[in-house]
Amino acid sequence: MDKFRMIFQFFQSNQESFMNGICGIMALASTQMYSAFDFNCPCLPHYNLAYGLGILLVPPFILFLLGFVLNNNISMLAEEWRRPQGQRGKDPAVLRYMFCSMAQRAMIAPAVWVSVTLLDGKCITCAFCTSVPVESLGNVSHLHLSQGDIQRVLARIPCKEIYNGQQLIANEVAIRYLCCISQALGWCFVLLMTTLAFLVRSLRPCFSQAAFLKSRYWSHYIDIERKLFDETCAEHARSFAKVCIQQFFEGMSTDLVAARCHLPRKAPADAGEAAEKLLGITDQGTMNMALKSWHRCKPPLDLHSPALPTGNGWAGEGQPPTHSSAPRRETAAYYSWV
Amino acid sequence: MDRFRMIFQYFQSNSESVMNGICGLLALASVKMYTSFDFSCPCLPQYNMAYGLGIMFVPPIILFLCGLILNRQSLVMLEEWRRPPGRRTKDLAVIRYMCSSIMQRAMVAPVVWIIVTLLDGKCLICAFSGSMDPEKFVGFANVSTVQVQQLLAKVPCKDDELMRNNTSHKAVSRYLRCWSQALGWSILLILIIAAFLARWLRPCFNQATLLQARHWSNYIDIEKKIFEEACCEHSRLFAHKCILHFFESMRQEIKLHSFSLPREGEQAEGEEDLLRGITDQDQVNKLLKTWYYEKPPLDVS
Repeated sequence: MDKFRMIFQFFQSNQESFMNGICGIMALASTQMYSAFDFNCPCLPHYNLAYGLGILLVPPFILFLLGFVLNNNISMLAEEWRRPQGQRGKDPAVLRYMFCSMAQRAMIAPAVWVSVTLLDGKCITCAFCTSVPVESLGNVSHLHLSQGDIQRVLARIPCKEIYNGQQLIANEVAIRYLCCISQALGWCFVLLMTTLAFLVRSLRPCFSQAAFLKSRYWSHYIDIERKLFDETCAEHARSFAKVCIQQFFEGMSTDLVAARCHLPRKAPADAGEAAEKLLGITDQGTMNMALKSWHRCKPPLDLHSPALPTGNGWAGEGQPPTHSSAPRRETAAYYSWV
Repeated sequence: MDRFRMIFQYFQSNSESVMNGICGLLALASVKMYTSFDFSCPCLPQYNMAYGLGIMFVPPIILFLCGLILNRQSLVMLEEWRRPPGRRTKDLAVIRYMCSSIMQRAMVAPVVWIIVTLLDGKCLICAFSGSMDPEKFVGFANVSTVQVQQLLAKVPCKDDELMRNNTSHKAVSRYLRCWSQALGWSILLILIIAAFLARWLRPCFNQATLLQARHWSNYIDIEKKIFEEACCEHSRLFAHKCILHFFESMRQEIKLHSFSLPREGEQAEGEEDLLRGITDQDQVNKLLKTWYYEKPPLDVS
């Protein structure tokens, strides 16, 4: 557990490290998904291509979208893009920086899937087995088969158990050929991706370093500001709720006193904190009444003024803020309709 | 756990250690990649050489580029190289030192791949089986030229129907594997001797310049890290101030519009501060709406 906590803390300390961590996890997940996936080529002439290319291209698209969804910063980017200008101008360079860094990270898992698929070879073998050059690798002239028949026979190449075209072209020869092409494509793809990544990373300091530093600073700033604002709002909500509830209990207590015409019982001097926390509610009946009130008639969201005697204390948006009146005690005068 | 934490902290403490760690991880990854890669020689005359040599040389290029990308110091070096001199002159010796140390570390994983490939032998057997002299091997000596090329190309595929009954294919495989392993061990020996000599003879040449270059390259790296941390800290304080100003301006606006007398609340000081004068639902909604529609200007003076 300590080990995980340490690794977790390391990744969380730096936001970029955290994003890199998610990126790595998705790449591993994509490899795991591929090895767990049970590839079943249909071995039929027109379906092979669709199946093979589908498995090659659809999961990367899903992984790419997932990469965006799992990235916390997507909502930050959307917010910054759509917000009205107000008193603070918008910098398109910052938006571009945020989008590029998210897209780069989201591209890794799909690229891993495509590379693993190509290097494994099953997809390309399934998709292109009908395009094997039978003239050079097999004996097409010796057998008098129509095009359609040849296609049907070739389509069964990936399914060794039902393959019936050993005279046309040996199964191993065809599979080795297709595998070789697939692996060559795979390595070329990986080389291309790596070269692109290298160029993107190394050309940046040569051209726009100052602009880059600015965009990076302000994109971090936007993220931190959003988090701090959320924290401040959470603190505010906590205090608001505390005061609101305190006022509710005080209101209940005053209510009961008024209804029963009792003198307010003075807690003994030495009861201290415990008595204060009881908020004037000291028996089962009163407590039940308080709980029922809380459920049926929550107090209005207004810590200043006396509430209007409505059954539903929810002050709608259209209502103007009620003006507070003296005396300035923090009590919402509240009438229980229990 | 303590041991793990110590190792972790050791690697993080020094950026050179981090780079050595990454270098080691890439070398291990390269071995793992090779063992999990399903090598299948096409066993066709024109394709064998391309496939075999491709598998031997393309992944090392990829690993080299990965080594450059994953190494943080390569960015530091590029930035130092391209920056305008300003009030701090550039020292080319430092840049050269950084470049050579980056290259050395990036070369480890490709070299590991090539050596593992040669010691295993499959690549060379696949690439050069078609270039063998058929006269040297009994099973291929009395076969026509066209056919002999086909047969030789099929040597790496032991399970091929033509090869199953032909015992000479083992002779060709052994011969090529022997050459491949000899080449692999020789390269390994040469590299280790070169590394040994370089490390032992370096103090004899320009040790003072080397110490200076190493010091200043470490300095540049640390300076960049500290600048990034200072920027983070600054943006945090800036955001904090900006939000406090925003709440304050909201409070004043509300006071202005609602003409309410200042409250003489009985709440604890703490609660009062945290509420910041925003005390009912409408005020909170107004605050949140203003935050979205009109973010405050980036000016906390």
